[in-house]
Amino acid sequence: MTEKATPLWEVFIRPRNGLAHRHVGSLHAVDAEMALQNARDVYTRRGETFSIWVVPSAAIIASDPGEKDVMFEPTASKIYRHPTFYEVPEEVGHM
Amino acid sequence: MTQTSTDPRAAWLIRLGDSALILGHRLSEWSSRAPTIEEDIALSNLALDLIGQTRALYSHACALEGQGRNEDVLAYRRAEPEFRNLLLVEQPNGNFADTMARHLIFAAYALPLYEALAGSNDAEVAGIATRSAREMTYHLRHAGEWMIRLGDGTAESRDKAQEAFEDLWAYVPELFEADDLDRKVAATGFGVDPSTLRPAFDAAIDAVLARATLKRPVERHGISGGRKGVHSEHLGHMLATMQYLQRAYPDAVW
Repeated sequence: MTEKATPLWEVFIRPRNGLAHRHVGSLHAVDAEMALQNARDVYTRRGETFSIWVVPSAAIIASDPGEKDVMFEPTASKIYRHPTFYEVPEEVGHM
Repeated sequence: MTQTSTDPRAAWLIRLGDSALILGHRLSEWSSRAPTIEEDIALSNLALDLIGQTRALYSHACALEGQGRNEDVLAYRRAEPEFRNLLLVEQPNGNFADTMARHLIFAAYALPLYEALAGSNDAEVAGIATRSAREMTYHLRHAGEWMIRLGDGTAESRDKAQEAFEDLWAYVPELFEADDLDRKVAATGFGVDPSTLRPAFDAAIDAVLARATLKRPVERHGISGGRKGVHSEHLGHMLATMQYLQRAYPDAVW
């Protein structure tokens, strides 16, 4: 089996106590069904999982790391976007 | 010392445990040698499921017989003739298709076995069987999906898959042979008569063969002897490796 014949898949797992699926890693598998089985075997060995998603890595549209200045730099100077300027009243307690 | 159990219930559970242990050890031989890292982990998981089943079966058998034996004595201090595993499970791993075909055949037999055993009148046995059935459902799926992809894959993978079934089919009739012990434990509601499992096995295998576009091998007179302790040459070699540490350093612990 060559690398070419076994596509890459990204694995997302929703933990028992979690609300959202989180990316946990990737693996190779011949098709979706095998990817799901492999994900079960590779990433859920300690009984922590409630649900698995597998997505072909090729289906993920990623931002270009070379463009990170254009994409993300402008947000760095806008500290007022962080909700850190509010006084939280004592009575509210932990947020 | 390590004689055959005098309690029929224990003797019967030890048979099941022996098959699970030997197949579990066989699968563990793939560690670091599987075609991909994903499959390497998968095979180790399957091996650990089987060894976990073995421990539960052996422990309960030892409790039933009350002869002071424990699971380690059963696994590491018995010689080939005392093992009562099916001949199928001691066959060497061969290539990946051989291993998957062997596993499919075993899982298609073990799943209905444990499903039926979940109705045992022994609550502990019923519990072990329920858990094991769940595990074997996954084993059947994993091995089945692989055989489908190998059979319906390239010309080479198809040849190897078909050849694997042809080679291993001689060990199929033994799975469903019942002897006096099987009938005795089945009659009391403790165990299961393996001859009743054939229809479920055939249905599971046929479903995979159809999707894999593979031919069902012609069933000739099978090879048997595992239930009597008469084994193929392969078991002794395997035990030599598996039991080495406890034989060389008896009672060694971590």
